[in-house]
Amino acid sequence: MELHNHGQSAVAEAHTHDHHHDEHEHHEDGFIRKYIFSEDHKTIAKQFLILGLMWAFMGGAMSVIFRLQLGFPDFNLEWLRPILGTWINETGKLEQEKYLALVTMHGTIMVFFVLTAGLSGTFSNFLIPLQVGARDMASGFMNMLSFWFFFLASVVMFTSLFLETGPASGGWVIYPPLSALPEAVPGSGAGMTYWLISMALFIVSSLLGGINYITTVINMRTKGLSFARLPLTIWAFFLTAIIGLLSFPVLFAAALLLIFDRSMGTSFFLSDIYIGGKALHHQGGSAILFQHLFWFLGHPEVYIVLLPALGITSEIIATNARKPIFGYRAMVGSMIGIGVLSFIVWAHHMFVTGMNPFLGTIFMLLTLIIAVPSAVKAFNYITTLWKGNIIFTPAMLFSIGLVSLFISGGVTGIVLGNNALDIQLHDTYFVVAHFHLVMGSASFFGMMAGVYHWFPKMFGRMMDDKLGYVHFWLTFIGVYLVFFPMHYIGIAGFPRRYYSFSTFDFGKSYADLNMFISAAAIITFSAQALFAFNFVYSIFRGRLAPLNPWDSNTLEWTTPRVPGHGNWPGAIPTVHRWPYDYSKPDADKDGFTDFIPQHIPFSQTPNSNFEHENDLIAKQEGKKNSGDNEHKHH
Amino acid sequence: MLTVIFGLIGILILGVFLLLFRVQSLVTILRDTDERGGLSNRINGALMLLVPLIGFIVAVYHYPIAAKHFLPEASSIHGKETDSLFWITLTVITLMFLITNAGLFWFAFKYQYKAGRKVVFFADDHKLELIWTAVPAVIMTVLVLYGALVWNRAMMQEPPKDVQVVEVMGKQFAWQVRYPGKDGKLGKYDFRLTNDATGNEFGIDFEDKNSEDDFIPREIHIPVNKPVLLKIRARDVLHSVFMPHFRVKMDAVPGMPTQFMFTPTKTTTDMRSQLGNPNFNYELACTEVCGKGHFAMRYLIVVDDEPDYKKWLAEQKPFLEEKPEFKGKGMKSLRKKNVAANEEIKTKKDI
Repeated sequence: MELHNHGQSAVAEAHTHDHHHDEHEHHEDGFIRKYIFSEDHKTIAKQFLILGLMWAFMGGAMSVIFRLQLGFPDFNLEWLRPILGTWINETGKLEQEKYLALVTMHGTIMVFFVLTAGLSGTFSNFLIPLQVGARDMASGFMNMLSFWFFFLASVVMFTSLFLETGPASGGWVIYPPLSALPEAVPGSGAGMTYWLISMALFIVSSLLGGINYITTVINMRTKGLSFARLPLTIWAFFLTAIIGLLSFPVLFAAALLLIFDRSMGTSFFLSDIYIGGKALHHQGGSAILFQHLFWFLGHPEVYIVLLPALGITSEIIATNARKPIFGYRAMVGSMIGIGVLSFIVWAHHMFVTGMNPFLGTIFMLLTLIIAVPSAVKAFNYITTLWKGNIIFTPAMLFSIGLVSLFISGGVTGIVLGNNALDIQLHDTYFVVAHFHLVMGSASFFGMMAGVYHWFPKMFGRMMDDKLGYVHFWLTFIGVYLVFFPMHYIGIAGFPRRYYSFSTFDFGKSYADLNMFISAAAIITFSAQALFAFNFVYSIFRGRLAPLNPWDSNTLEWTTPRVPGHGNWPGAIPTVHRWPYDYSKPDADKDGFTDFIPQHIPFSQTPNSNFEHENDLIAKQEGKKNSGDNEHKHH
Repeated sequence: MLTVIFGLIGILILGVFLLLFRVQSLVTILRDTDERGGLSNRINGALMLLVPLIGFIVAVYHYPIAAKHFLPEASSIHGKETDSLFWITLTVITLMFLITNAGLFWFAFKYQYKAGRKVVFFADDHKLELIWTAVPAVIMTVLVLYGALVWNRAMMQEPPKDVQVVEVMGKQFAWQVRYPGKDGKLGKYDFRLTNDATGNEFGIDFEDKNSEDDFIPREIHIPVNKPVLLKIRARDVLHSVFMPHFRVKMDAVPGMPTQFMFTPTKTTTDMRSQLGNPNFNYELACTEVCGKGHFAMRYLIVVDDEPDYKKWLAEQKPFLEEKPEFKGKGMKSLRKKNVAANEEIKTKKDI
């Protein structure tokens, strides 16, 4: 690979050598600075990943517990007492309030800690500097803070599980007044305070990270890496960070106002309340205002977790289909479209909250427009597979799985986005099925795909393929078995967040289907043990990774097997082409197989160049001589 | 016992996996090949076809079994319209789902790695992209227009003058219902008048003459084929009125009254004979999480034909008849009481 680094200017080389030299002098990192308070984006990425995965297992385990209640309502849970303590009542059943606590924590953990921090935090951190050709993030210190704020948020949230009154129990959307009044549910006491503190810390973490991602992508791209040559992963992380930066502060505001209402007697969200035998003093607040503020983050949040997964998938599908991603510009365009639209559809979560019905129509219109860029993305993935030469690595399997789940969950969005249909389906299991497929599972698959694909670069070793295959098929089949039948339960009108369905006549059907779903969920969750084993085992015992195990084009594969702080020991490679030159016609005549990495200049590939690319040779040669940043101007 | 069995099965599965894993990693190392498109690739390729195909067959087989438990045809006018929109939309998306997934998995299977396959360098095609931008856009436009039409008819109608008003109030964890009585007008209420101890759970202001004939029944009765206007509120936290058989849903919000108007089309008796279930009942549930008893906020709805409804109405007694002590008590007396209390505090302070 070093052979190809000669596109570098003498000036740049001298500079980087200096830089490298500096590092040797100043970075005699001790254990603490290297592995704990590290400013290296790769270490921070791994920290995000490992903490995210730990949360994922915890969140998954919680879902297993409440699925036991839903699928096997008569099953004695006494054996869980050593873990759950008083959450199990004298009759060996899950406490009703703690059922709600579990549902709330499952949602919070999965949405924020796993799919925001664990997915976006991991891969934005890991891939942005490596794929844009930077030695680290713009601010390593802020980046480190970003992780440690997440860690603090995690500690606070985790601690709240052990409170006597239990953690927050009003659903992950924490709608007041339920979340504001400890009289309404015990979890709204200390548990909710902890939740709010934890989320405030999490938002700080998220913003620190996001500012860094944006700055790094804009300012620290290597020579020749124009926006039009960015890998789709970077586009996705970049847009995600912008969305997060614009929407998370709104959640922060909502949380702050809720804190005021809870502890300072203000009435932003509360009015006309009689509870616990007392009329409260609050008047004039609006519970709906909170929902507006919440969903102004809440809906973009869906894309904050989904876009990185889609970016990762784009990269992996192109690499393993040995074919350029179809419609690069359309992919970028649809991501921008989705990003912009994500800010003006939030009220589709509120069609039946008493919001003006005319507004409902506007938001339906805007919501269904999002289906168009989403459909374009799905079609482009499928076309990328067409006439490719597909290698089924575990990452590729998870990426194909993601596309399938993205479609399956996406199409039901067309139903729910239609306000007339949402009247009946709102807050039923149809919604649960929809978002678990399109946002939960699809993003989770993106995360798994990313882990399998970039594990060699993260740890210098390979994960086991075969275990990966089994893990994928069990998970893929399992996810469909869990969430597909849930649509039926939703059509039958079963409301979500119900402890039991036996109270209602219309809820008495489907006991068997609920049992089936629970069994499938337990199996799917257990299958993740394969991943856990594979992951931990391979970190220490996996086969040593080759430099470019997937024959990929992007820059991270030009680094050493285990890149040190600074990523490239020598000069940073210059980029000469887009990242998707897979199976370019006549590449063999230039001495390449079915991929031409981004750092190969066009002058080296005269036979496979397209006409407009030949025109670029002169320019690139010219720049080599002038040796400045001219590439940014064209 | 069950725990032991589960435990044993778990250990067994784990053991098998570990064994398999060790064997296969040893084999891989021995073979020392990392070639593309080996046996694993072919197996995965085949599964790409097999798994979705089996899934499809199972789903087709299972659907009629599952569909038996879907809700019966809507028992309201707007419900029938949303139902047909639902089934049309579901047909469209099922087709989209099948076509795209079929493409995805078929291509995955068909274009699995073969040494020497000529890959088409196909990076862009404006015509194709235009087609699959335009087609979803057109489908969406149709669905938006259809949806808007149904929505407007369901949600944006002015209530007729003779509409039957029913007040539904959510509280932890039960529904309470109030009827306006003979005058057709609900009396005013104020949350500060609410008092469970004395029995004024609604916070009714009895200084308002309209409240004098209001009655509080134990189940909702509504006449068939007449529009019903639900005046919805909550007194503690959010709740949501959900009447699945009528396709009615609207949140109950403390401090912000909401409403929902619908016209039932089938009496309870009709439904019982139609479904062959003599125990059938229309039900009212809560669909906004409200705490511990969220899942148990059941309330009965009975749709009567005109004579039955009249008869039921005639049997209902105004709340004041049962609790005459409330007569004339309302906001003014509350204010007086408060003023008096404040005065007392003041004088105490002065002393």
